[in-house]
Amino acid sequence: MQDQTILAAEHISHTYTGPSGDVHALNDVSLRLSRESFVCLVGPSGCGKSTLLRILAGLLRPLAGCVRLDSQVITRAQRRIGLVFQQANLMPWRTVSGNLSLPLELAQVPASEQDDRTRAMLELTGLHGFADAYPAELSGGMAQRVAIGRALIHDPEVLLLDEPFGSLDALTREQMSEELLHIWARHRKTVLMVTHSIPEAVLLADRVLVMSPRPGRLVDDVAIPLPRPRHLDTMHRPDFVALTEHLRRQIRAAR
Amino acid sequence: MDSNTYPAGQRHRSRPTTDTLPTLRLPPRIARWQWLLAPAFGLALLLIWEAVARSGLYAAFIVPSPGDVAHRWREIAADGSLVRHTAVTLREVLTGLLIGVAAAFWLGYLIAKSRVVAYMLMPYLIALQAVPIVAIAPLLIIWFGPGIASKVIICALLVFFPMLVNTVLGVRNIPPELRDLMASLEATPLQTFWHLELPAALPIVLGGLKVSATLSVIGAVVGEFVSASEGLGYLINFGRGTYDTPLVIAIVLTLTALALALYGLAAWLEHLLLVWQDAGQS
Repeated sequence: MQDQTILAAEHISHTYTGPSGDVHALNDVSLRLSRESFVCLVGPSGCGKSTLLRILAGLLRPLAGCVRLDSQVITRAQRRIGLVFQQANLMPWRTVSGNLSLPLELAQVPASEQDDRTRAMLELTGLHGFADAYPAELSGGMAQRVAIGRALIHDPEVLLLDEPFGSLDALTREQMSEELLHIWARHRKTVLMVTHSIPEAVLLADRVLVMSPRPGRLVDDVAIPLPRPRHLDTMHRPDFVALTEHLRRQIRAAR
Repeated sequence: MDSNTYPAGQRHRSRPTTDTLPTLRLPPRIARWQWLLAPAFGLALLLIWEAVARSGLYAAFIVPSPGDVAHRWREIAADGSLVRHTAVTLREVLTGLLIGVAAAFWLGYLIAKSRVVAYMLMPYLIALQAVPIVAIAPLLIIWFGPGIASKVIICALLVFFPMLVNTVLGVRNIPPELRDLMASLEATPLQTFWHLELPAALPIVLGGLKVSATLSVIGAVVGEFVSASEGLGYLINFGRGTYDTPLVIAIVLTLTALALALYGLAAWLEHLLLVWQDAGQS
């Protein structure tokens, strides 16, 4: 099992010092992500999920504990870890293809290879007609697809997604979940995704981690043995429904 | 700053303060004469001016007619003095603008990036802004002589502050999520400047440039008022001394045109660099 782990958090605790007192965000959180697994992290609002994600990304130094990527302790953000935020977070002055190619430009990938990979990513994310559009011209779902494409284009081994569909309407959200499944089937990455939606977590993940309210602790680790490939129809299966019920109870109990 | 809302959940830096007049729709009855409204008002003003000048209430050297001013303008244009003095002023203006804007940009960037520098310098910069530049112009002439140097410095001091404030605002307003993104892509400080900070701050920085461009003309003229032997400010002083009122008015109009041209140049630059801001607004 040890060698299967790509990203690990070890005894992470974190406290924010704010003007209105200290906020104890995370309390002794440990987790391991196996290579090419899809893990979802659910929990009530404000339980420190985003904080944990920022710590795993190397963007935030925890007060205690450490993060290991391939058993190396990391102290700063890594190109090998791709990020998708709740907002699409695109650069408004770059076109869709410009936003997609940013990670390649920063890594100084040769121009011809940049073009090829950008074109392939436009294809994969279904954005080929919008290569020259600016972010202001895109719908929320399209913008978030660009953000996912940008996180994938430089081929990071780990993908961390912080409520990536949180700002989308319910219909777009379901559609995006299915597209993410499709993309993940093609590009096997290690994924950790924070979400508020239990059905979304069960549909996407191999494992769902449940977090308690602040200070956040991991209170449950539920394997999702549903067969793949999964589709939106998978949500009608009785075992799917049973899993969501179970998770809902766990979250309620943790409160 | 203001809070324009944009689609696609984008957090945009807003376009700055200068052109905030909303586009108004006129009733259809007068809408097709819309283009005539401003020229008509201008013509009315000219006619009133002409009437006052002809009424005999004031001597011609106090209120010359528009025709007198136009005639005097053509005279100095013909004998080459207009071009010569305009060139002198323009050189002071452009040099001062360039130095002031460049210094303000880099200092503003440093202040936005480093709290230590901000706490160290901001009180003095605000105090500098409170100093009436017109009042220290004589001092600068004493120190740097009556030539171009003193005018350039006055001009640079005048354009400095709006540019500084806008640069600080522009760089500080960059969304932290975009900084996180650059960090996660292991961008170097130079890459972060070039691919994030500069383009993100540019709308507000260029807003500062537009304000600075018009101020720069004032700076040069103030310097020339205090002491000069050439330049448009010198010509105004000369005209006042000889009661050549048509000359004074002609130069004032020339200076106005110069300031407007500089503003237009900055606005054109803005339009050129910020194509993306017009996207998705139709």
